[in-house]
Amino acid sequence: MNDNLNWFKKYFMRGVKMKEGLKVAVFFSILLGLCSWGFGAEVELIGAGATFPYPLYSKMYDVYHKEHGAKINYQAIGSGGGIRQLTNKTVDFGGSDAIMSDKDLQEAGAPVLHIPTCAGAVVVTYKLAGDPELKFTPDVIADIFLGKIKKWNDARITAMNQGVKPPDTDITVVHRSDGSGTTSIFSSYLSKVSPEWKEKVGAGPSLNWPAGLGGKGNPGVAGLVQQTPGSFGYVELIYALQNKMPYGMIKNKKGNFVKPTIATTSLAANTALPDDMKVDLTDTDAAEGYPISGFTWILVYREQNYANKTEEKAKALVDLLWWMTHEGQKYAEPLHYAPLSKAAVGKAEKLIKSITYKDMPIMK
Amino acid sequence: MNHTIADTAVHASRAKITMQYKWGISEALFRRLLYFAGLILVVLLAAIFFSLAIASFPALRQFGFSFLIGKTWDPVRGEFGAFAFLVGTLMSSFMALLISTVFSLPVSIFLGEYFRHGNVSTFMKSVIELLAGIPSVIYGFWGLFLLVPLVRALETKLGVAPQGVGIFTSSLVLAVMIIPYASSIGTEVISLVPSDLKEAALSLGATRFEVIRKIVLPYAYSGIFAGILLALGRALGETMAVTMVIGNSNFLPKSIFSPGNTMASIIANEFTEATGSLYLASLIELALVLFIVTTIINISGKLIIRKMSTGK
Repeated sequence: MNDNLNWFKKYFMRGVKMKEGLKVAVFFSILLGLCSWGFGAEVELIGAGATFPYPLYSKMYDVYHKEHGAKINYQAIGSGGGIRQLTNKTVDFGGSDAIMSDKDLQEAGAPVLHIPTCAGAVVVTYKLAGDPELKFTPDVIADIFLGKIKKWNDARITAMNQGVKPPDTDITVVHRSDGSGTTSIFSSYLSKVSPEWKEKVGAGPSLNWPAGLGGKGNPGVAGLVQQTPGSFGYVELIYALQNKMPYGMIKNKKGNFVKPTIATTSLAANTALPDDMKVDLTDTDAAEGYPISGFTWILVYREQNYANKTEEKAKALVDLLWWMTHEGQKYAEPLHYAPLSKAAVGKAEKLIKSITYKDMPIMK
Repeated sequence: MNHTIADTAVHASRAKITMQYKWGISEALFRRLLYFAGLILVVLLAAIFFSLAIASFPALRQFGFSFLIGKTWDPVRGEFGAFAFLVGTLMSSFMALLISTVFSLPVSIFLGEYFRHGNVSTFMKSVIELLAGIPSVIYGFWGLFLLVPLVRALETKLGVAPQGVGIFTSSLVLAVMIIPYASSIGTEVISLVPSDLKEAALSLGATRFEVIRKIVLPYAYSGIFAGILLALGRALGETMAVTMVIGNSNFLPKSIFSPGNTMASIIANEFTEATGSLYLASLIELALVLFIVTTIINISGKLIIRKMSTGK
């Protein structure tokens, strides 16, 4: 018993200096906490969703935080995840490359606005000796992905590419193994141009691919295509540009062979745009537009009074959306995203102005 | 030198009483703590099983048994069948086990019999521990950028479709990943073989090789098998490394070189984008199937071990 007390005394008394230090540390940490609580008067918004626009949003939110103070936290968990989190009301806004289906809207319960922020293109890329620039028609692309056209020197491919001599190798189709908005856009295009595709496979973020290998994410597909001679896959334009991969020109609805660029992607939106902007830009009517383009949207509830949200936060969200569709658009092109056309911005403005708090529009 | 056994016993019990008095912890309380810790583990396992079963209920109700034999996985139409993934998982895991045993058994004998102490032993053991510690994503990248071109060259020579990715490549990557698990347990068990058995055999004129073959291995058999079982469990659940090199094709693999898919890989790939309750429930049912398959393999492995130990 005695030696226990001695042990106790020895170690506790030695820590007298430690005790003083502890007091000081506690004091300063409380002070720091109070300071940050004082500074924390800035608004914080949370978003989640599509990975495709993540580099652009990341840059936009960084600039917005420096200029306007509001802090935005965006988690790139995928379009499906964004829709799910918005439905669960755990985030302030969702990001999606795909339009919400009727079932999704039903689960959400309240009207959800689709506000476009930028556009992107899906290109078909391949690995052939000499990196030739090939031309494709929609039916050829569909039949390659259906597994019906099996060799590069098939008559239908050489017919459009007279100058190039495609080799006698098998086509190795590469698609996405994970669910993604890129696949949604691509499959929606194929469903429009090929009735057989529409019947056999359909459109959506994850598909029952009739042929080919799967790569995880855009980098996975790009990696597989770059490594496999004779491969044929699809990636976002940005990845093809950054990895210096060859991509094909595609014949659009009006009969022009269009090369996928930022300009032709923006031009794809030169069609009749509906007021709710839930438009699928694939197989566009625009004469100079690239046929496999699509908007990416920010999804918000029209009525912002839910889950104890303050009017201040709702106003901050509306301000952010306005900035993203106006001043923020100048950050799109340097990062290889296609900015919104004037008509698209006009429609977006109307949508933003219709966001309400307690049934009163927030933006006057 | 005149300490009798009785003296020692009295001394020990006196020490125990003083110890209990000093620290105030009773024997019974300590035992209860241990039981509680064990119970928590059992409860956790049951909780995982039930939460998987409950969450996959919509799919269970819709598909029933046909989920296990269905060959199509079509998220657009809502038809889900796990057969292709079941076959892919079992094929890649068992192939990996076969390939890894070719290496892990010799390594176990090497470190358990020949080089038990010393620099070589320390070096080899550190290398193996390092292999076990490498994150699986890195294995995936290594497989994708180094192994896939090599396998593609092999496939061109064999005249098979030169895709590079496939069940074979994923088995190779898995084999390297699971070698440490089998070999470390094997090393321990082999080094625990009583030396009087070995010396008896040597004194009767057996060569070193005969001693290993006839004395050491039969004695350590059940332990080596337990190590192999552990390695198999690891291979069944491996996700990231497999999904990068298996080709992700939702069809039944026709040969070892064709691409395929495993249950863990498809769950990891499609879970974040899965919208719709049936889709999610089907993915969770896949997880349940994987859980059950792993449990069945573990239990049958344990039964085999018990039969081998008692059958001696």
